[in-house]
Amino acid sequence: MLRTSRIGKKFGGLSALSDVTLHIQRGEIYGLIGPNGAGKTTLFNVLTGLYQPSAGEFQFNGAHYRAGKPHVLARAGIARTFQNIRLFANLTALENVMIGRHVRTRAGVFGALLRNRATRDEERAITERSRELLSYVGVGKSGQTLAKHLSYGEQRRLEIARALATDPLLLALDEPAAGMNATETASLKTLLQTIRGSGITVLLIEHDVKLIMGLCDRVAVLDYGRKIAEGVPEQVRKDPAVIAAYLGGGDE
Amino acid sequence: MSRRSLCGSLRFGLLATLLRGFFVMQFSDKRNRLKFWLVLAALLLLPFITDALLGRSWVRIVDFAMLYIMLALGLNIVVGYAGLLDLGYIAFFAVGAYCYALTGSPHLALAFPMMFPAGVHLPFWIVLPMAALVAGGFGVLLGAPTLRLRGDYLAIVTLGFGEIIRIFLNNLDAPVNLTNGPQGISRIDPVSVAGVSLNSTQHIFGIVFPAVHLYFYLFLAFTALVVFVSRRLERSRIGRAWMAIREDEVAASAMGIDTRNLKLLAFAMGAMSGGASGALFAGFQGFVSPESFSLMESVMVLCMVVLGGMGNIAGVIFGAILLALLPEVLRHIVVPAQQALFGRTLVDPESLRMLLFGTALIVMMLYRPAGLLPSRVRRRELGADEPAAETSVYDATH
Repeated sequence: MLRTSRIGKKFGGLSALSDVTLHIQRGEIYGLIGPNGAGKTTLFNVLTGLYQPSAGEFQFNGAHYRAGKPHVLARAGIARTFQNIRLFANLTALENVMIGRHVRTRAGVFGALLRNRATRDEERAITERSRELLSYVGVGKSGQTLAKHLSYGEQRRLEIARALATDPLLLALDEPAAGMNATETASLKTLLQTIRGSGITVLLIEHDVKLIMGLCDRVAVLDYGRKIAEGVPEQVRKDPAVIAAYLGGGDE
Repeated sequence: MSRRSLCGSLRFGLLATLLRGFFVMQFSDKRNRLKFWLVLAALLLLPFITDALLGRSWVRIVDFAMLYIMLALGLNIVVGYAGLLDLGYIAFFAVGAYCYALTGSPHLALAFPMMFPAGVHLPFWIVLPMAALVAGGFGVLLGAPTLRLRGDYLAIVTLGFGEIIRIFLNNLDAPVNLTNGPQGISRIDPVSVAGVSLNSTQHIFGIVFPAVHLYFYLFLAFTALVVFVSRRLERSRIGRAWMAIREDEVAASAMGIDTRNLKLLAFAMGAMSGGASGALFAGFQGFVSPESFSLMESVMVLCMVVLGGMGNIAGVIFGAILLALLPEVLRHIVVPAQQALFGRTLVDPESLRMLLFGTALIVMMLYRPAGLLPSRVRRRELGADEPAAETSVYDATH
């Protein structure tokens, strides 16, 4: 589904990513972990087109991508959430999700002006689907609330709903459980399992090791921009390089 | 069927569709329908009432206010919906006006006597859409280099573009006399609708319609069209995408919105309204010169949008009327008042206008930062919130 080959990203002299090669299979939940500053979010930004990689390229759903064009990748089927929530704060929750439908709908200026049958039907479909998605992630009752007035956990869920509205093949979540309490994290876990159950591949950056271990099929570990381990959670947890990266290995 | 009547029936067909749409959208229930007819009647009588109460010169002032409404609504698409701060908007008004002036006056005979011995005199129904399209083209042209800029930087670059257009118009009298430089272009053909020149007094059913009244109705029709277009765009997939860009451009593009195309579209739609307004201005005035398109005009139009309530059509209209009428009201009050009090004019109304205007803006920013009639969104943005149970536009229209 997603195959990166030797991706590198430099910011000036700083090498944020080097030689990252991953392979994410269709239908799995793939975890990406690593200490702070390891390059996880940078990799995310490359995969979603916000950054242009300095080296390497990636292949998604059979097509090659290199240049950073976020809307092209969204159209291709990669949807994301942000580490520091980036909702359209002054629009309602429903409007946020409706904007997510943009990429799968067609009405243009003439449709908007004439509001012909096709456009009206499309608008109705957008609204319906968006309501469904709001309920799906569990904020169905807050459709008319402004995004910025939702609770933190609800905002995280709304961001997932907005991403799902783009009909993604791969859903990339950047620390979705950050700042959530145990109950919220547990229901997030259920939600992610449901999403995977519906056939969407999930790429997950997370610090909550318990969540990663309980949820992911496979995990990759980044440290200083390099992949130091990859495999099933049990195996990665025992990997000496990973332990060293997290606990400070000293001189082995 | 002759070409002219075919054209006419097409035009009427389109008009009927638009009117019906407007009607269905806004006035579907009975009370609203009554309100619609009352407003329409008041608007149709407005030039006569103004004429009777204040005199003919005021009808002309009202006509200009209508042009400003169109301008402000056009800029509202760019600034209010898409969140792109444009300080050179008057350039599109200028482009529209010069389009009309060049293709509806003897002027081009000066520059190209061989090609156009009598100048160019295209009919209004061709020139107007052309002016709008050319202005729209300029909107894209000037918008394209600014796509990566935001906020203050965007404002500075657009300001520069606005000035470039004005300076070009000022200097394009040599080597080929295209714009006649600072003297401007005069003897522009008046607008004529269905063979009737609007620059003449008409008698219809025994009622006398002077030229300013006729232009009022023309401008009213176009203003209604711009309002209609704005409303429809606001509540559409395109409008939502613009608002997404305004709220968070990075998130918008990550959600699959092609921010480049949509920003260009906003520039183009805004510029088209400005261009149409400019063409009407040229026809109405019969004369255009670069000094009508100074930076101050751009600032005024932006102030209309901000003062009235960015993003809210009613607010923008209100702001435009207010700022368009203010200098005239001052002129009619300040001078006589000073004469009566001091026996002579101490303060020139023009300078008083800027003083009052500046004060008004400061007071506004302190007490009503979202504008006089804020939009739903701006109201929220600035904290004054209504209960969460408010009905959404989407509920209201489905």
